[in-house]
Amino acid sequence: MGYERQADFGTPEVRSDSQVTLEIDGRAVTVPAGTTVMRAAAVSGGSIPKLCATDNLKQFGSCRLCLVEIDGMRGTPASCTTPVADGMKVHTQSEKLARLRRGVMELYISDHPLDCLTCSANNDCELQDQAAAVGLRDVRYGYEGANHLEAQTDASNPYFDFDATKCIVCSRCVRACDEVQGTLALTVESRGFDSQISAGVKSDDFLSSECVSCGACVQACPTSALMEKAVTEIGKPERAVVTTCAYCGVGCTFRAEMRGEQLVRMVPWKDGKANRGHSCVKGRFAWGYAQHQDRILKPMVRDSIDQPWREVSWDEALGFAASRFKAIAASHGNNALGGIVSSRCTNEEGFLVQKLVRAGFGTNNVDTCARVCHSPTGYGLKTTFGTSAGTQDFDSVEDSDVILVIGANPTDGHPVFGSRMKRRLRQGARLIVIDPRRTDLVRSPHVEADYHLPLRPGTNVAVLSALAHVIVTEGLVNEAFVRERCDWDEFQHWAEFVAQERNSPEFLEPVTGVPADLVRGAARLYATGGNGAIYYGLGVTEHSQGSSTVMAIANLAMATGNIGRRGVGVNPLRGQNNVQGACDMGSFPHELSGYRHVSDAATRALFEAEWGVRIDPEPGLRIPNMLDAATDGLFKGLYIQGEDILQSDPDTKHVAAGLAAMDCVIVHDLFLNETANYAHVFLPGSSFLEKDGTFTNAERRIQPVRKVMEPLNGYQDWEVTQELARAMGLDWNYTHPSEIMDEIARLTPSFAGVNYARLDAEGSLQWPVNDTAPDGSPIMHVDGFVRGKGKFVVTDYVPTDERTGPRFPLLLTTGRILSQYNVGAQTRRTENSVWHAEDVLEIHPTDAENRGINSGDWVRLASRSGETTLRATVTDRVAPGVVYTTFHHPATQANVVTTDYSDWATNCPEYKVTAVQITPSNGPSEWQEDYAAQTRQARRIAGSAMEPAE
Amino acid sequence: MSGQTEAKLVYMANQIARNLVHEPHPAAALADHLHAFWTPAMLRQIFAHLAAHGEDGLDPIARTALAELAAGHAPPPQTKATDPAHHGADAG
Repeated sequence: MGYERQADFGTPEVRSDSQVTLEIDGRAVTVPAGTTVMRAAAVSGGSIPKLCATDNLKQFGSCRLCLVEIDGMRGTPASCTTPVADGMKVHTQSEKLARLRRGVMELYISDHPLDCLTCSANNDCELQDQAAAVGLRDVRYGYEGANHLEAQTDASNPYFDFDATKCIVCSRCVRACDEVQGTLALTVESRGFDSQISAGVKSDDFLSSECVSCGACVQACPTSALMEKAVTEIGKPERAVVTTCAYCGVGCTFRAEMRGEQLVRMVPWKDGKANRGHSCVKGRFAWGYAQHQDRILKPMVRDSIDQPWREVSWDEALGFAASRFKAIAASHGNNALGGIVSSRCTNEEGFLVQKLVRAGFGTNNVDTCARVCHSPTGYGLKTTFGTSAGTQDFDSVEDSDVILVIGANPTDGHPVFGSRMKRRLRQGARLIVIDPRRTDLVRSPHVEADYHLPLRPGTNVAVLSALAHVIVTEGLVNEAFVRERCDWDEFQHWAEFVAQERNSPEFLEPVTGVPADLVRGAARLYATGGNGAIYYGLGVTEHSQGSSTVMAIANLAMATGNIGRRGVGVNPLRGQNNVQGACDMGSFPHELSGYRHVSDAATRALFEAEWGVRIDPEPGLRIPNMLDAATDGLFKGLYIQGEDILQSDPDTKHVAAGLAAMDCVIVHDLFLNETANYAHVFLPGSSFLEKDGTFTNAERRIQPVRKVMEPLNGYQDWEVTQELARAMGLDWNYTHPSEIMDEIARLTPSFAGVNYARLDAEGSLQWPVNDTAPDGSPIMHVDGFVRGKGKFVVTDYVPTDERTGPRFPLLLTTGRILSQYNVGAQTRRTENSVWHAEDVLEIHPTDAENRGINSGDWVRLASRSGETTLRATVTDRVAPGVVYTTFHHPATQANVVTTDYSDWATNCPEYKVTAVQITPSNGPSEWQEDYAAQTRQARRIAGSAMEPAE
Repeated sequence: MSGQTEAKLVYMANQIARNLVHEPHPAAALADHLHAFWTPAMLRQIFAHLAAHGEDGLDPIARTALAELAAGHAPPPQTKATDPAHHGADAG
């Protein structure tokens, strides 16, 4: 599309069962009851001048530019605050209105710089447009009086400036921060002529304030007062392409606004059904990594990992990789090879990687990084409900009465959905938070949890058993739902178990650390408070009982009847952008696409007929098993697309030993990541801006990813995988990812109705999309569970074997922060590092005092697996006995410390519980120094003076 | 072989067993789980290790399950998560 702003209807859409017909400038218009006159005019193709109104904010009625005349009504009401009525006759143009609007605009312009030609918003400025619309030709007041034209620009934020001289104090930015983002960081300070927009308190600038840089204020600003620095530097965009964000599992859609081949800005797409026009600092601003100088654009090979890299042609690199893999297969068998599918890449790319492994390598040794995040979700929800996915769409939260958040920090990890959740909480929904840390949701402006259950890390199942105990023993079960929808015998078995005294809140209090009365109160609220929705994250799955916890959550939802309609459900908040999709695509070693086990002959027959090869009926190796087999000399070759297992997976030393033991590691990535230190072949990757495909978000929503610029390396990732397959002897001839999706649809019942034409027409589709659900499935299990009867599973609390003791008396739990993402490969190469330049250790004041530690001190973090050093922050966000850090920076390598304990069912690592000791330190550990030296060696490129910085 | 992997496999089998004790047929459930998620090579590895080093460290449920698998008895599916014939799981 060429460049034009998205249509702005002035005030939000209203949902109503009744319609109202009125007349605007002689035209009959029918709209839902409750719609404003301004919106009615806009949807019927008209236009009423406005400045303070925009359609993602509640009407405000401040600027007085949108005045209209209405027959039978006195004066000139503001169209943005006047609701339509049947038979109403509205006049938007008259001599009187024109005079009034010019007068209003005259006042605005009298205190506004007249530098339009040199302004960054020239020809993209609502103030300029509206001045033209009202026919303003001169300003009678002159420009000599008191004004704000000398105000200072606040350039502290790395992505946008606040130029107060351009500000018309319309409050759109303040209201966007309040209503859309929910941070309430902005305010209008002072009164009357002295009114000015202020971030935080008066001494703050945008950077030091509570502003989270979501960009909602910039998007809302009708002038250039709040303007992206990139627009100022590059110029106004010329075209826009709608695509999907490559960060978290929310799956925000954006307009990538381009000038030539240069990305100018990412603007949230208002029609995006996942984000509804909102964004976070990562998706909105942190895309600079895609053009970062660290990008490796030429293929490279080396015979052994102690040699420098050698840049070669694509043919040579692919030939080198194929010959090595063929040699391994010849010497050690097909099962000595494997591949890892990336949750950051598209569905089509993931499908091709697992196809290459199964059809080309001849093994099921394929896995995905979901192994280390949401594999327990797949196991737990498939067992209980029959589907390896969440039950709701994001819109569902608008109908929730009670929101239970366990092991998730949505305002940091899934910020755009976090904002939607906070909006519902501000409207009055009740909140239960189960988390060892006092996350922002527990208490933030206008949001406060009714119950915060600060449990000891590793005791999720015990707390959920205690909640279930209260629900069962106090008669709060929705028996009608259970009898109709679930297996009654299994329910009774479960109910008898949870009713045992050993599962009571009082009995378990010493185990969980949660006061029994809090558990009882939370259970009563969830069971009786109306629509109850559970949202959970990696604080649930990344435990030795991750799968048990997921099933315990499902038990609670079924017992209370909170499944199968809007406002309720079990909702895993997926970590990376395409975790759901990677799992859907058959990336697990035991499943083909659509979660069908490889041992099923009928399913295999489908794939064998399509691919013309035999599919191994036995499951393959999971990532940790691949590494174990490698250290045993049984696993020799690994193709890794878009993952950095050395940094992201637990027990770094073991990962390194496994990788070092392999004969050929192929890393296909944007950057020389940590895993590439152990690679023999580097295949340059393409960013999400450089490829076509689809991502599937946490609500099972399949959304298009569209190429907005040519791949810097020359090839999209699916093309590279295809070339590798050809080099291995496979006859693949895809010419576009749409053909891959067609193949997925042919082979995968839940994707049967998905194709690119429909995705282009409808924007997105939520699987299952097939004959049973031709328009997709926003909410699952509406009339019955996919598995038939819902299955209650007894989930007995089994303590982790990771125990504190004299040597390691504290529990470490790890997580993420708003500004950084996963291993940081993307966000560390952006200005987001302003907010989080290094991983820090949160420690409670009591534990810090006992060790003589102050905020900012270097500390040694040690476990039985290893040790690292980092700086401490003393805070009571964590409980005594618990410490917390992130894993975004390779210089810290938090996973040197984490252990090889994992979920019993899926081997998802137990990142959330590691027994550690904290002691003061002078600086980096010996391991860190050795690792830094090794990395410098491993990244040498022959003939190049450049060593990519990390 | 370092022995570390074999020790880890024994640990995993015991851990799974501890989490399946409330299943109606715990040993069958464990056998089903191992059959569905472990590679044949992993099973052979643990069989060989137990044959060489004895079963002292093995949970009784795991001992029964592994004996069934070693005898070549493919267990019937115990849950939908391990039922290969369950085509419709995600087909809506």
